[in-house]
Amino acid sequence: MKKLTLTAASSLITLAASMGAAQADKLTFYCSAQEDWCQLMARSFEDATGIDVNMTRKSSGETFAQIRAESSNPKGDVWWGGTGDPHLQAAEEGLTMEYVSPMRDQLHDWAISQAESAGDKTIGIYSGALGYGYNADLLAANNLPEPACWKDLLQPEYKGHVQMANPNSSGTAYTTLASMVQIFGEDDGFEFMKGLHANINQYTKSGSAPIKAAGRGENTVGIVFMHDAVKQAVSGFPIKVVAPCEGTGYEIGSMSIIDGARNEEEAKKFYDWALSTDAQNLALQVNAFQVPSNKGAETSESAPDMSTIKLIDYDFKKYGSSDERKRLLQKWDEEVSVLPQ
Amino acid sequence: MSDTTTKTTHPALIFWIIAGWVGFCLLPWYMVEDGLWSFEWLFDGYPFDADYAPGLFLTVQGEKLWLAPLLFPLTLPLLALSRPKSDPFYAKILILAGTLGFGWLIFQGFSIGIRGFNFEWQEALFGDLKIRQFGMGYGAMICASAFLFVLTQGIAARGAINGDVFVVSAIGGIITIVTVFVFFPIAKMLFAAFVTEDGAYSASVFASKFFDDRLWSLGCFWGARCGAAWNSLILAILVGLITTALGLCFALVVTRSGFRYKRALRALTVLPIITPPFVIGLALILLFGLSGSVTVFFADLFGAQPTRWLYGMPGVLIAQTLAFTPIAFLVLIGVVEGVSPSMEEAAQTLRANRWQTFRTISLPLMRPGLANAFLLGFIESMADFGNPLVLGGNFDVLSTEIFFAIVGAQYDQGRAAVLAMVLLFFTLSAFYAQRAWLGKKSYTTVTGKGDAGVHPLMPAGLSVPVLLIALFWAVFTVIVYGMIIYGSVVELWGVNNTLTFKHYITAFSVRIEAEGIRWTGAAWDSFWTTITIAALAAPLTAAVGLVTAYLLTRQSFAGKDTFEFGTMLSFAIPGTVIGVSYILAFNVPPIEITGTGVILVVSFIFRNMPVGVRAGIASMSQLDKSLDESSLTLGANSWQTFRRIILPLLRPAILAALVYSFVRAMTAISAVIFLVSAEYDMATSYIIGRVENNDYGLAIAYSTTLIFVMLSVVACMQFTVGRTQIGRRITQSRTNV
Repeated sequence: MKKLTLTAASSLITLAASMGAAQADKLTFYCSAQEDWCQLMARSFEDATGIDVNMTRKSSGETFAQIRAESSNPKGDVWWGGTGDPHLQAAEEGLTMEYVSPMRDQLHDWAISQAESAGDKTIGIYSGALGYGYNADLLAANNLPEPACWKDLLQPEYKGHVQMANPNSSGTAYTTLASMVQIFGEDDGFEFMKGLHANINQYTKSGSAPIKAAGRGENTVGIVFMHDAVKQAVSGFPIKVVAPCEGTGYEIGSMSIIDGARNEEEAKKFYDWALSTDAQNLALQVNAFQVPSNKGAETSESAPDMSTIKLIDYDFKKYGSSDERKRLLQKWDEEVSVLPQ
Repeated sequence: MSDTTTKTTHPALIFWIIAGWVGFCLLPWYMVEDGLWSFEWLFDGYPFDADYAPGLFLTVQGEKLWLAPLLFPLTLPLLALSRPKSDPFYAKILILAGTLGFGWLIFQGFSIGIRGFNFEWQEALFGDLKIRQFGMGYGAMICASAFLFVLTQGIAARGAINGDVFVVSAIGGIITIVTVFVFFPIAKMLFAAFVTEDGAYSASVFASKFFDDRLWSLGCFWGARCGAAWNSLILAILVGLITTALGLCFALVVTRSGFRYKRALRALTVLPIITPPFVIGLALILLFGLSGSVTVFFADLFGAQPTRWLYGMPGVLIAQTLAFTPIAFLVLIGVVEGVSPSMEEAAQTLRANRWQTFRTISLPLMRPGLANAFLLGFIESMADFGNPLVLGGNFDVLSTEIFFAIVGAQYDQGRAAVLAMVLLFFTLSAFYAQRAWLGKKSYTTVTGKGDAGVHPLMPAGLSVPVLLIALFWAVFTVIVYGMIIYGSVVELWGVNNTLTFKHYITAFSVRIEAEGIRWTGAAWDSFWTTITIAALAAPLTAAVGLVTAYLLTRQSFAGKDTFEFGTMLSFAIPGTVIGVSYILAFNVPPIEITGTGVILVVSFIFRNMPVGVRAGIASMSQLDKSLDESSLTLGANSWQTFRRIILPLLRPAILAALVYSFVRAMTAISAVIFLVSAEYDMATSYIIGRVENNDYGLAIAYSTTLIFVMLSVVACMQFTVGRTQIGRRITQSRTNV
């Protein structure tokens, strides 16, 4: 009887001890890229370091809203992925912290300039150029010419065939607006948006929705980031990707450490690891066609070839600031969106 | 518990006193970081470690000294034990102890947060407090409940509601939880409408956001676009009317026609309610979209150009009608069945023909049902978010505008708050209009007196169109669901139609190994979480909802209207607003539950409770008060009456509440998207992630599986709760399948 109690007691102690031991280092990881990429990043980081990762995937807007709501008691440690604007916004509001990674010298210049424009509170992890894609079947069925430039989309025969997101709700569409202002100058840029407005069949809420609709045959031309269009084509939808001839803007997918992170050390480890070639090569496994920020990382063969795309010198600092954004959006609201279609 | 004598033992009081002491002396006072269900703290330094210590140990060790004053109100009620209830001193002591204890708990909870004092004046008065305090844990919660119920017993002893302890405690309890989980977070959120960019308060900010053209423009009358507020309002009225009419058709076919396949019809009507969001929208696109099969077929037939007619108001209207007709049906069938045949027989005896009987007797008696069905359809349409997102086109509605004001490129929480207020104003107006229409008339037909007979059939002139409409809608539903199942077994929806099971295998594969079953599928994690959360939330929702309905229909007390308003509030507010307000309110002490499963359960309880309340009210207003009165006259107290008389007669309402809350917990999306965390991911947020990633096959396969799981769970619930038999009418309980 006594022996039994002893065994019970000792097993209880072992149980308690094992529970204590199981409490390894951990990291709460907010991810704003596509689900399978997020999963892969989390699991690979666990394998590489032994740190337990708790991953939550939400769009960059949702994550930003959450980080802001949690600011008095932050729950997340590191925020990886998603378009750069909300990261810049978070930096502007002091929701993320400064960190200069030792990996910086391995990165492309655009990734570092993203960091510099935000006081080192964020950094570029991948980039993707803006463009558009069209459904080749629908284009043929409607006897439309194949577009190659931005201005082609203004032709009257495209009326009711073009879709883009609403710049008020989507970062992608705001990038489009800001790019047009930078390519054509502010006045002509807005003239372009007005011309485009006449051909638009719907302003979607989410940035990648236009090309998804095109994939399903619900729309002909969708203005999106080119890697989203490539993804549709690779999934088997009849989508052709276009890099507009006038040149185009781009986004920088970013990463930030949340200010007041509970696991700051682990967050920094993740940050450094995510900038390494090994981590950035993971994108190839999940059909992510963005261009990685580490110079040594590989780019998928299906990805749009950045050397053939005419990229403009996009001013992230100016067009990422909330004042300029408010001004452009208001102007778009008042001058473009109210026009009859 | 009998309170007819002047005995001095008060079992309920003794229970709550003990509970209070247990909460203070034995259970960890603060939230244990590893979650409510982990008991690691038992081995890890309890009871002395400050993270796990009960309140008493904390005070004795000289930490968190602000808890010490609680000992006084804990001791106070002991004095009342030896006194009879009628002694005024008894009531006074309990009220004093309850108020002091509860008040102090709240005060200290809000004053001392995780960064020391929360208010500047405290800091000025007492200096910087170096200690912080975390969210309330078991100990604090139980202690708070103890104080609350000591207080309500005191109030009852003073003679409120005839000294009925059960009723007073129920009212007190529900007011408290509704305040904590509905008013508090929403108030916190709505304040954002008055905050300027620098964080100051200003009414002009509100005005400029409120009088926005995007909200109130009437442009659609001259070719431009209408504001989101008008769009939402018109859509909601249409959806409310159509779903009520369709729901009534189904209810009439099922109860008052000789139609042979009633049961199948019944099962069909409920399908949409158990369908995860986006799926109906996707199926409609595949049928009626620009490249949809129906559109293309008719375009070829008439040689016309296919159009995008689906995107905009028509698409949203169809999808919402599909989705919300079942709710109207669930409300109406209970009422249609509950109309006593004796009345109709009386009318027929007086030589009214069937049509007259229906028009002058049956239909007016169904008014509470019609009003409630319309109200629910209206509110659901206002708050719906998934369908407008997929099918809305350029038709902006308030709920999506709110979502994108928060998460979109504007990051404008103030605008979201203003839009939420407009939406709230509409839903509350509908609520009051409904009450005005019902008026003070009585719709009671189920009494304790003889109640025999069966319902007469519908008049022929009515039954033919009703049956046709119901059949048409049923066939439409079947086609939509056929498309969904088909979508889950093809390679790539709309492009490559090779049949395959690969989506199911990716999501739900299992491997049997030596150690047991390995759940290798991608969907299992979120699947089990969803089932657990839904199973926890459903009975709690039903309980809270029905008790509230009982209080609203059977008791009268001061502030009843405000009380009713409060219970409807969480339903009238779109999930997105609830989601964000929950994060704002519950991410910091005293109640710190973000990132846990608890916040999901709580949000479901308060989101879905109003349906339980409505179903309960609709059913209870048909039960005659004389039933309660006779029970009370025979010496039962109100708790016994509630349990033995009302509850058994309410089985259909209970079932409706259970089914609805379970199903909604599994299919809700808008609030959930903000509240899920790494450990507690829900099926719907997982599905949305797949849709965003073009994995339509996987998303639809997962949704189809959820539909079948919900069907079987609903069938089990129906079996467990059982049927009500009123008179000779064998009621197949009012929810179905």
